[in-house]
Amino acid sequence: MTPFKAPSVEYSLIAPVLIILGVAVVGVLVEAFVPRRLRYVVQTVLALGGTVAAIVETIIVFNRLNLGDTHPGSGRLAVMGALALDGPTIYLWLLILVIGLLAVLLFAERHLEGGLLSFAGQAAALPGTDAEREAATKGLEQTEVFPLMMFALAGMLMFPAANDLLTMFVALEVLSLPLYLLCGLSRRRRLLSQEAAMKYFILGAFSSAFFVYGIALVYGYSGSMGFAEISQAIGGRTGGHGLLLGGIGLMAVGLLFKIGAAPFHAWTPDVYQGAPTAVTAFMAAGTKVAAFGAMLRLFYVAFGGARWDWTPMIWVVAIMTLVVGSALALVQSDIKRLLAYSSIAHAGFLLVGFLGIRSLVDISAGEISAVPAILFYLTTYGLTIMAAFALVTLVRDAGGEVGHLARWSGLGKESPAVAGLMAFLLLAMAGIPLTSGFTGKWALFAAALAAGAWPMVIIAVIGSVVAAYIYLRVIVLMFFSEPVGDGPTVAMPSIMTSVVIAVGTAATLVLGVVPGPLLDLLGRIGEFIR
Amino acid sequence: MSFPWLSILFLFPIAASIVVALVPRSSALALPKLIAFGASLATLVFSAVIALKYDTAKGMQFTENHEWIKLFGAHYSLGLNGIGLTLVLLTTIVVPVVILASWNDGDEGRWSPHAFFAWMLFLEGLALGVFLATDVFLFYVLFEATLIPLYFLIGGYGGPDRARAAVKFLLYNLGGGLIMLAAVIGLYVVSAKSPGGPTYLLSDLQHMHLGTATGRWLFLGFFIAFAVKVPMFPVHTWLPGAAEQGTPGTSVLMVSILDKIGTFGMIRFCLGLFPEASHWATPVVVVLAIFTILYGGLMAIAQDSIPRLIAYTSVSHFSFIVLGIFVMNSQGQTGANLYMFNHGLSTAALFLVTGFLIKRRGSPLISSYGGVEKVAPVLAGLLLISGLSSLSLPGLSSFVSEFLVLVGSFVYSPWAAAFAVLGIVLAALYILLMYQRTMTGPTAEGVGDIKDLNAREITALAPVLLLIVVLGFFPKPLLSIINPAVHDTLAQVGSSDPAPKVGADSAASNPEAGQ
Repeated sequence: MTPFKAPSVEYSLIAPVLIILGVAVVGVLVEAFVPRRLRYVVQTVLALGGTVAAIVETIIVFNRLNLGDTHPGSGRLAVMGALALDGPTIYLWLLILVIGLLAVLLFAERHLEGGLLSFAGQAAALPGTDAEREAATKGLEQTEVFPLMMFALAGMLMFPAANDLLTMFVALEVLSLPLYLLCGLSRRRRLLSQEAAMKYFILGAFSSAFFVYGIALVYGYSGSMGFAEISQAIGGRTGGHGLLLGGIGLMAVGLLFKIGAAPFHAWTPDVYQGAPTAVTAFMAAGTKVAAFGAMLRLFYVAFGGARWDWTPMIWVVAIMTLVVGSALALVQSDIKRLLAYSSIAHAGFLLVGFLGIRSLVDISAGEISAVPAILFYLTTYGLTIMAAFALVTLVRDAGGEVGHLARWSGLGKESPAVAGLMAFLLLAMAGIPLTSGFTGKWALFAAALAAGAWPMVIIAVIGSVVAAYIYLRVIVLMFFSEPVGDGPTVAMPSIMTSVVIAVGTAATLVLGVVPGPLLDLLGRIGEFIR
Repeated sequence: MSFPWLSILFLFPIAASIVVALVPRSSALALPKLIAFGASLATLVFSAVIALKYDTAKGMQFTENHEWIKLFGAHYSLGLNGIGLTLVLLTTIVVPVVILASWNDGDEGRWSPHAFFAWMLFLEGLALGVFLATDVFLFYVLFEATLIPLYFLIGGYGGPDRARAAVKFLLYNLGGGLIMLAAVIGLYVVSAKSPGGPTYLLSDLQHMHLGTATGRWLFLGFFIAFAVKVPMFPVHTWLPGAAEQGTPGTSVLMVSILDKIGTFGMIRFCLGLFPEASHWATPVVVVLAIFTILYGGLMAIAQDSIPRLIAYTSVSHFSFIVLGIFVMNSQGQTGANLYMFNHGLSTAALFLVTGFLIKRRGSPLISSYGGVEKVAPVLAGLLLISGLSSLSLPGLSSFVSEFLVLVGSFVYSPWAAAFAVLGIVLAALYILLMYQRTMTGPTAEGVGDIKDLNAREITALAPVLLLIVVLGFFPKPLLSIINPAVHDTLAQVGSSDPAPKVGADSAASNPEAGQ
């Protein structure tokens, strides 16, 4: 038996993840030891401070690795090869942390619910019982949401960095479990919220099982958990195809579930609708970014050699996702469900770009390739959807947020600012030029077309027209229809939600008009270390 | 760095539109209108200065070129040639006319008149940008962006069914635009393989060798988008509804200026970038154009709604322009370019005069009028002049252009000319029938108290009608601008005109350096 060797850990390089995990743990202790009335302030400050510190640390790591000024594909492995710190990882860290920061601001919003968080006052109290009423009258708040969110954030950071199958699975679970809980914590419409949490949990656990079984099969095929070794095994493959293909398929199920691709999308509308809107925003942006990052690394690095085997599967999934996302969004009558289906359609567009995989020798100098295109699209999508959900939290009546689209009619009269911003974000999602949605789509389609996936691009173009109709419908409602009954009221948010809206909208505009600098950066760092 | 003439030309109206939008709501109602009118006049003067400085002997002028998005190969690149200049002038002439004519149309819309005139100026800026862009990416971005202001203009101010019309308009155009997007990206992929790396500059792309098959596919992508814009049969159905529901001013901007982007794009991009494919497509396009000429004319005769009728006349006239472009000779193309300008004027006059009429009576239906010339003789007279210009009466400006197009199509094929000429007969029918039914005869119910045009309305129309008459007798200034540009276009189409080869498809995957 060989003696146990302690693993070497590059603490300074993975500091961003450690900071977030640390904040999460401290947050749990705060719940135990800090008096109730102080908890909100302490937790908010802790979460905001931790996220900002992690962002600063990520930039420091970025500079230490010299990612910006060396050739693509540079970076280094950390923690005995468990984490890959390369351009895509660090960029995704930055993006996820910014999304996390915005999410903390949404979580901490207290102006909309009469001075309370928009989470259940006492999650353990059953809906409709005396205990719940008591929690409401006492003005209780469940500040555990902050540490829970920090745990999820840490998982999201690890997910795209994971360089072996086990780390990837651990990251997947760390990011998922707190989210299951958070989904059930809505202050209003609690039954709907708890149903969402239950659905998400059961289906999520189910998909994780697929993922683990896939890991087992791939391990059986390659004899290793590490991506580099798996890639080697595929490169020199001799037999055992069944194991590999089965493994790839099952792992894909787990990942496609997380990004909400059809036919694994069924949870998305229910969960997006039932979860507190702040959590929905965090999930829609954060989970999708992290899961897509992980999927890119797994399929491009580990399974890159077998791409002729898995691209047909992604073709089918991408087409289904585009069709399902666009077609079902047409018939939605709730704004959160509509955005959920729109996020499914966006996953479809991302998968179109995903098909843009090419070997490095085929990519001409100065041409955009799939990884930078996808990273760019994730940025535009993540920030736009955050702002959109933040706007959704503002449209309310006596019973809380009004999700039903019919109640949104005439919003342009009630509040031109909110309706105008929402219209702008919707146009961005539709991919109208001078918004980030257009440049993002352009990049994805260019990558896919260059790889020869032109039928896919044409399908995606048709999907875009259908999708445009979906968003136009909402714009027509807001601006060209008369208000029904009293019409909705628009609540004045605190500075926190306003910041989220401002940042998301500004990013949507800036990345639409001058995307050059970011695209150049991504072109330089957008290649995985192998 | 030289003086950025063109940037100022297209950014000034956009800046002015923001000012108009920001005028406080508490101020007098006339203030935003005055600012908008002043800004559009200033743009007109500025474009006139550019026109005077324009040297007809040179090709692209006043060029500006800056790198915009390196990874996309996109440039902020502007330039002006003869074809662009005529359309720039058309735009800057028509917009102040429209603003003056629509002085009170924004008051009763969904939103304040501020937004109405701000959107108009914004639209003017984007349209000018479209005519100036010499980079495919920049062109595409502006081309698509023009849809948004027009969408809100139609949807916000107009008839009862405007929301539906606006959505239909946007979906058709967006659909066409997205097909073009696929082709635009295709260009990128081809150009990325060239030694110079990805580029969207027209000047680079014109020298790029495209494979025959690739060129034809890309041509189709562009052509479909422009055909929707023009619009040609069978993708024309959005136009009549949009024209009926929009205010007259909106319809003028849409038909006189923005639809020109379609024909302008055919010349600059379809012919300019894909000469081989353009020749290949010519027979089909010519047949489609002739069919649309006749179809548009017949549909116009059948309409009872005046705006719909004018929209269908436009469908018919635009196909004359398309015909002139694709017969690929100098007469046809000169006629087409001239027609773009003249059609803009005559359609603007027609929409505005009938708009005044409809506003007075409150009904767009021909059947609810009769005998208007007795109560409003000035209105009737101006409608007659606009109508005669639309049916290309000799002595009015459209005649010269339509005649040239017919000569061009005769050179191409006598049969083509024979069928196209029927379009003129139909034009006489639909215009004169409309005039007869609305203006002559006994005064219909509800028409008796119609007031004649007021000074503002006459002032707005006067410059347009004056130009129609002057250019009818003396088209030379415009022709001297257009002719060299047509020559350049034909050189581009003719110079790289390889005979179709068997097995040419393999060239698609075998990129070579430019000629």
